Amino acid sequence: MAMPSVEEPTANTRPAGPAPVRARRFRTLHRMFAPFAEARGMPRFVVWAGVAITTFFIVLALFSPAIAPYDFDQYRTADGVRFAKQEAPSSAHPFGTNVMSTDVLSRVIFGARTAIEVVVLSIFVSMAIGLPLGLMSGYFGGKLDRILLVFMDALIAFPSLLFAIVIAFLLSDTFGRGVTTAALAISVVYIPQYFRVVRNHVISIREEAYVEAARAIGARPRTVIRRYVFQNVVQNVPVIATLNAADAILTLAALGFLGYGIQPTEAAEWGYDIQRAISDAGAGIWWTGLFPGCAIVLLVTGLTLLGEGLNDVINPVLRRRRIIPVRFPPLRRNGNADE
Amino acid sequence: MTQPPAAEPLLEVRDLRTHFSLRGSFGQRLVGRESGSVKAVDGVSFELRRGEVLGLVGESGSGKTTLGRTVLGLAEPTSGSIRFEGQELVGRRERELRPLRKRMQMVFQDPHASLNPAMDLLTAVGHPLIVHGVVKRVRDTVPMVTNALETVGLSPVEQFLPKYPGDLSGGQKQRAMLARAIIMNPDLLVADEPVSMLDMSVRAKILELMLELKSEFELTYLYITHDLATAKFFCDTIAIMYLGRIVEYGPTETIFRDPKHPYTVALLGAVPDPDSSEGLPTDPPRGEVPDAAEPPLGCSFHPRCPRAFERCGWDSRDLKDRLEARWAGMPESQFERERAVIGDIEALESPSQAAIIPAGKGHSGSEVSALLDEMRKADPAEPTWSGIESTSVEPGGLRVRFRPPVEPRLGSRDGVDVACLLYGESEPPGQDRLDSDRSV
Ligand SMILES: Nc1ncnc2c1ncn2[C@@H]1O[C@H](COP(=O)(O)OP(=O)(O)OP(=O)(O)O)[C@@H](O)[C@H]1O
Ligand code: SF4
Ligand SMILES: [Mg+2]
Repeated sequence: MAMPSVEEPTANTRPAGPAPVRARRFRTLHRMFAPFAEARGMPRFVVWAGVAITTFFIVLALFSPAIAPYDFDQYRTADGVRFAKQEAPSSAHPFGTNVMSTDVLSRVIFGARTAIEVVVLSIFVSMAIGLPLGLMSGYFGGKLDRILLVFMDALIAFPSLLFAIVIAFLLSDTFGRGVTTAALAISVVYIPQYFRVVRNHVISIREEAYVEAARAIGARPRTVIRRYVFQNVVQNVPVIATLNAADAILTLAALGFLGYGIQPTEAAEWGYDIQRAISDAGAGIWWTGLFPGCAIVLLVTGLTLLGEGLNDVINPVLRRRRIIPVRFPPLRRNGNADE
Repeated sequence: MTQPPAAEPLLEVRDLRTHFSLRGSFGQRLVGRESGSVKAVDGVSFELRRGEVLGLVGESGSGKTTLGRTVLGLAEPTSGSIRFEGQELVGRRERELRPLRKRMQMVFQDPHASLNPAMDLLTAVGHPLIVHGVVKRVRDTVPMVTNALETVGLSPVEQFLPKYPGDLSGGQKQRAMLARAIIMNPDLLVADEPVSMLDMSVRAKILELMLELKSEFELTYLYITHDLATAKFFCDTIAIMYLGRIVEYGPTETIFRDPKHPYTVALLGAVPDPDSSEGLPTDPPRGEVPDAAEPPLGCSFHPRCPRAFERCGWDSRDLKDRLEARWAGMPESQFERERAVIGDIEALESPSQAAIIPAGKGHSGSEVSALLDEMRKADPAEPTWSGIESTSVEPGGLRVRFRPPVEPRLGSRDGVDVACLLYGESEPPGQDRLDSDRSV
């Protein structure tokens, strides 16, 4: 190295040096959240409504044993007294009880826990597979890209629910019929989506001058992908993830409703509860179906709002900042027209 | 490392070609449609001695950027040789080139696009140090990055270290790019139009900075520009590029004093001359740069060359241009009449040395011939006519044979190399240099 700085003692730069380094992690976060603070009007409302609803369900999920009055499969009091079957809402059971004599409120709350568990796990798995494949496929292109693209398109073309059912069926031997199986079945459905979005974005970023500039300084492909491509793709991931989460809730409920989901003994699950409540509806027993149904609708709405809001806020093309009107001074007519 | 003998150039490029195939999408390839290739760099040779500044000058699309990228191994050469301190680079894999990237750096045309928007300046400028394993952690790059940023005039440095490219102006970004380029203390710096995207006020400062860096770091520059004025200020040697080839190559001073190639003359005409009374640019080269995928035959400058003559490589496309130019300035009724004489004019679009001008419906080849004669009479000085060897009336229209094209090769003349037939080129046997009789 011929840079004169090498000779200089490091202590010389201490006061100026490490300070920005230490602050870097924070500032990255700050940069990520800056658009939220800047957002105004509709996008701001949408994001915050989404955040509020989603947070509500996450709190339910995290603290469900503390919040729920009973356990999800509890059909009698601690003293051994059986709950009434399909009892209307009362002070003991604010949402009533269902055909299995379990407390509807508790099942709704524990259902939130199941839903969040499944969704988090499935997002994690599908991102862990979809993102790297998309990055490599988009960056390297060529044969690998074409093969993966055809394969993923085939997966997308397959009806997703049917696909999830098949996977759930295949996996149930190994993993039983609990949260893991449901999550894996759902993640397989969403891998192609992450793959496609990431790949297409990478293809456009690959042509950017800064990627070539990174090659010019001698960065190897791994470094280019990680530090130059991924860092710019990653902003879009929260948007896809939340939108997919909303969809995953519906798929999970559909699996449960059709009887291919989580076993009732393993966890409380809204779709299963709705399926059990079908016959109740005819008999005027509304509470067994309404509350799990509302929970699904509310959580899906919350996640969708969050996803769409994030999209508006993060995506600079859609981002609208407050426009400050510019006033021009009045034109003077008799000025020199040639100037 | 053993120092090469002083006589050996730092960089020696021989007959370098970089062609991009235009195969289009997967679908197009499925149906077997291949539309040839763009010869972005087509047989370029030059040498760069240590400490020299070579200016690569040409209009947009002449292949300057591609040449720079090829030299650095960012674009794959089709053939030829690039020797850096005597080491051959062509044919090496990117993996093998990577260590050399310490010694050759590039500054890109668009400072707004060449910095990663998601990376702060400290990381961005210090990244070469990490990439080449000089230090391990970003924290350890601080002293060297500080120094580099100070060198390029980004101070107070502490304020700039945590900034993101989005917070910087174009000039500051280009300074940051320069800081990153010099941080590994390279030998060769390829500067691709480093100031073309910047404000006038910043340009001079960046160029001065580059000159300072040159003496401080003993840099050798390959300076790419479309602007002869900065090239005059900056370069020892100039290579004028046109459609992937060097058409004139020599010492800056000689080229400016006595430009030889008509293209250089035209470019110099386009440079505002501070001494001239008008202060306005004179005629820029007429017309537009032709499509690089199908360059003109012979001398690729001939459609725009004011001094072109019969052997410069005329073909059917030039005839089409003449017709279109004639019709463009013509009253509607006369145009209708003449247009009807000629059939599908697009037939002339594919370059051909023996093209048929199709006659229109109800018209004959002799009418086409008469029209051509009339055009020639209207503008006898037009060199296209001299390129026509013979014409003959055929059933479907008029067959026009052109003289075989001669490709001008770079030959030395009065201390510069110039590729133009006006400056003597070994003539193909059996060709008369003077006006041969025309049988039109
Ligand atoms: N990756 C590529 N694939 C196909 N064609 C390309 C590619 N890069 C450049 N070209 C073509 O090669 C020719 C030369 O391009 P290049 O960018 O080298 O020109 P330039 O002299 O740098 O022009 P400018 O002054 O506009 O930067 C152009 O016709 C361009 O379309
Ligand atoms: S060879 Fe010379 S005279 Fe002929 S077209 Fe080319 S530049 Fe003009
Ligand atoms: Mg360029």
